[in-house]
Amino acid sequence: MRPVQGGGAMLRLEKRPSPSRFWQWATPVLAVLLTMIAGGIMFALLGKNPVEALRTIFWDPLFNAQFASYSRPQLLVKAGPLILIAIGLSLGFRAGIWNIGAEGQYIMGAILGAGVGLAFYPAEHWFIFPLMVVAGALGGWAWAMIPAILKTRFNTNEILVSLLLVYVAQNILASMAVGLLRNPEGGGFPGSRSLSKYAASSNPELIAGTGMHWGVVAAFVAVIGAYVLLQRHILGFHIKLAGQAPRAARFAGVNPQRLVVLCMGISGALAGLAGLFEVTGPAGQISIDFNVGYGFTAIIVAFLGRLNPIGILLAGLLMALTYIGGELAQFMLGLPAAAIQAFQGMLLFFLLAVDLLTNYRVRLAARKEAA
Amino acid sequence: MNRRTLLATAALGLGLAFGGAASAQGMDKAKACFVYVGPIGDGGWTYQHHQGALAVQEAFGDKVEIAWQENVPEGADAERVLTQMALSGCNIIFTTSFGYMDATNAVAAKFPDVKFEHATGYKREHPNVSTYNARFYEGRAVQGHIAGKMTKSNKIGYIGSFPIPEVVMGINSYFIHARKVNPDVQLSVVWAFTWFDPAKEADAAKALIDQGVDVIASHTDSTAPLAEAAKTNGAVIGFGQASDMAEYKDGPRVSSIIDNWAPYYVKRVGALMDGSYAQADAWEGIAGGEVEIGEITAVVPADVKAEAEALRDAIAAGTYHPFTGPINKQDGSPWLAEGQTAPDGDLLGMNFYVEGITGDIPQ
Repeated sequence: MRPVQGGGAMLRLEKRPSPSRFWQWATPVLAVLLTMIAGGIMFALLGKNPVEALRTIFWDPLFNAQFASYSRPQLLVKAGPLILIAIGLSLGFRAGIWNIGAEGQYIMGAILGAGVGLAFYPAEHWFIFPLMVVAGALGGWAWAMIPAILKTRFNTNEILVSLLLVYVAQNILASMAVGLLRNPEGGGFPGSRSLSKYAASSNPELIAGTGMHWGVVAAFVAVIGAYVLLQRHILGFHIKLAGQAPRAARFAGVNPQRLVVLCMGISGALAGLAGLFEVTGPAGQISIDFNVGYGFTAIIVAFLGRLNPIGILLAGLLMALTYIGGELAQFMLGLPAAAIQAFQGMLLFFLLAVDLLTNYRVRLAARKEAA
Repeated sequence: MNRRTLLATAALGLGLAFGGAASAQGMDKAKACFVYVGPIGDGGWTYQHHQGALAVQEAFGDKVEIAWQENVPEGADAERVLTQMALSGCNIIFTTSFGYMDATNAVAAKFPDVKFEHATGYKREHPNVSTYNARFYEGRAVQGHIAGKMTKSNKIGYIGSFPIPEVVMGINSYFIHARKVNPDVQLSVVWAFTWFDPAKEADAAKALIDQGVDVIASHTDSTAPLAEAAKTNGAVIGFGQASDMAEYKDGPRVSSIIDNWAPYYVKRVGALMDGSYAQADAWEGIAGGEVEIGEITAVVPADVKAEAEALRDAIAAGTYHPFTGPINKQDGSPWLAEGQTAPDGDLLGMNFYVEGITGDIPQ
């Protein structure tokens, strides 16, 4: 290589006048590619064939003849709650309202919804499941209202309050599983009756072999709803305005208090719905460790999807792929679970790192001779 | 490839027979798979199961392929992991935590030719589901004896994982044998509501130490409670749980319960290969070698050590049952009459404390 003249060059960051639309969409793709490269190196260091590992994670769940017919539908099962929760979170995140406690709202939605269903046990009425859905949304909404009202009334920090309420919700869950909602015919074991085996409350696979259940349907509806809201509705405009220019938003007549209540409420309700559909479907019952972190992973999904409804849909599916492919890689190739978690962590890390390109231009500038 | 296409066919229609799967004639090559609730490096429960898996590999060499998955949550994810394992050609799958019970039975229904072995559960809804467990309460009796003799504050502690019969049984056995040698002993139980979470386990140990407890037994999977006890410079002692946890021998660990799953795993995989495999409900204890008492260290006076070992040997010989009446329930109502021993059914559904324990099982 020819040496650079004039004492060399240096990289310089220059703020863009407005975020680059190109990089806004290119950075997630770049982040995935960088994750594959860095992950591949990590797998190689662990003594595994990196190409084989990446193929197992990204290709096999979709196209492997042995697994794909089973794991493709599972992708929807895993992505459904992630997308549903992330859509709700993205609205608040856009407006600068940080609901970090979706995990707790997910739990409370599941508990309230399951409680309503179990109250009717063993009656069979068509209205039980719809009623549970309403209760699920209500449970999540009410749990999100605590940080919302504390913020609007007492100016508390919604990040802290919503996060800490997750731990409260987990303890309520444990208490419900061993107490109030415990299966009276379960021989003293913790956990509620099976909601998926009780016909009036079950959320089954709607079309066999697709993984499509009501929660996945709700996720798709939420994607469309959020898209319309952000593009066409005045509330969507207010949300975007409040996030980009809070002062201008106030002049435009946006009531920040109302926005907090609305955004927290919507994200809480959607998280509650996700919990309800999970507890009546794939999970099947209220148990002590019913929650597996969807509420937290959804935060990554929301950002990976650029807080954009279509982006979140794709990001949710990608995240589900790394989970299911990661599981396959664990027992097919003997990769340790920690390596898969590190791999998922890299995704967020690289996304945040290359995000720089959206707001900054990288310039190769000649270094000045002085000094 | 022939095997691959056969499996693909099976994948299309769940429930179809596999090529080369288990049959009454046995098999030349087998794939044994293990599902773990924690990481294999937890130094306790999962570590011991993995030692068993490695023993299978050692015993059969290249005739057996082993595969495993760590950190599988007990719930919806377990069902997917099990299905993927069955689809990948596992002939026998060991699910090594209580919470996999329903998932194990659900997936077993779809794969009648794959054998499922569920640890510590009680549901065998299909002929291809077996359950296995170990009589850990026998080891708890030995620990309780040591705890009752060793405590200076007369306060002993127990870190519970989940309030299920398996754990309640351990608490009762521990307490009964501590009380037997020390009528003043009081037991505190802290519930961690997790199997493996070193931070929570350490918090539980801290809470007990703050209450004045000086002997801690734990029913969780990591070494965190011992690490916490080690900070007291000998004031607090504890026991290795599930694994020997020998690295704390110079510190707080005075003995241990070692889960030895290797003989059972080797036996079952062997039976599968030679064709003698049959559904089972195994519950072995000290006598069967599944429960071992780790070395009692010099911190324990020689006479206490001798008594504890005598207790262990009596249990192994079958001359003593840790739950021998008279024993009353916590509310004072009689459970076992003089000389009566606990039927297994009572133990497997145990949801009450025995008389003398204060506090409630979480309701």
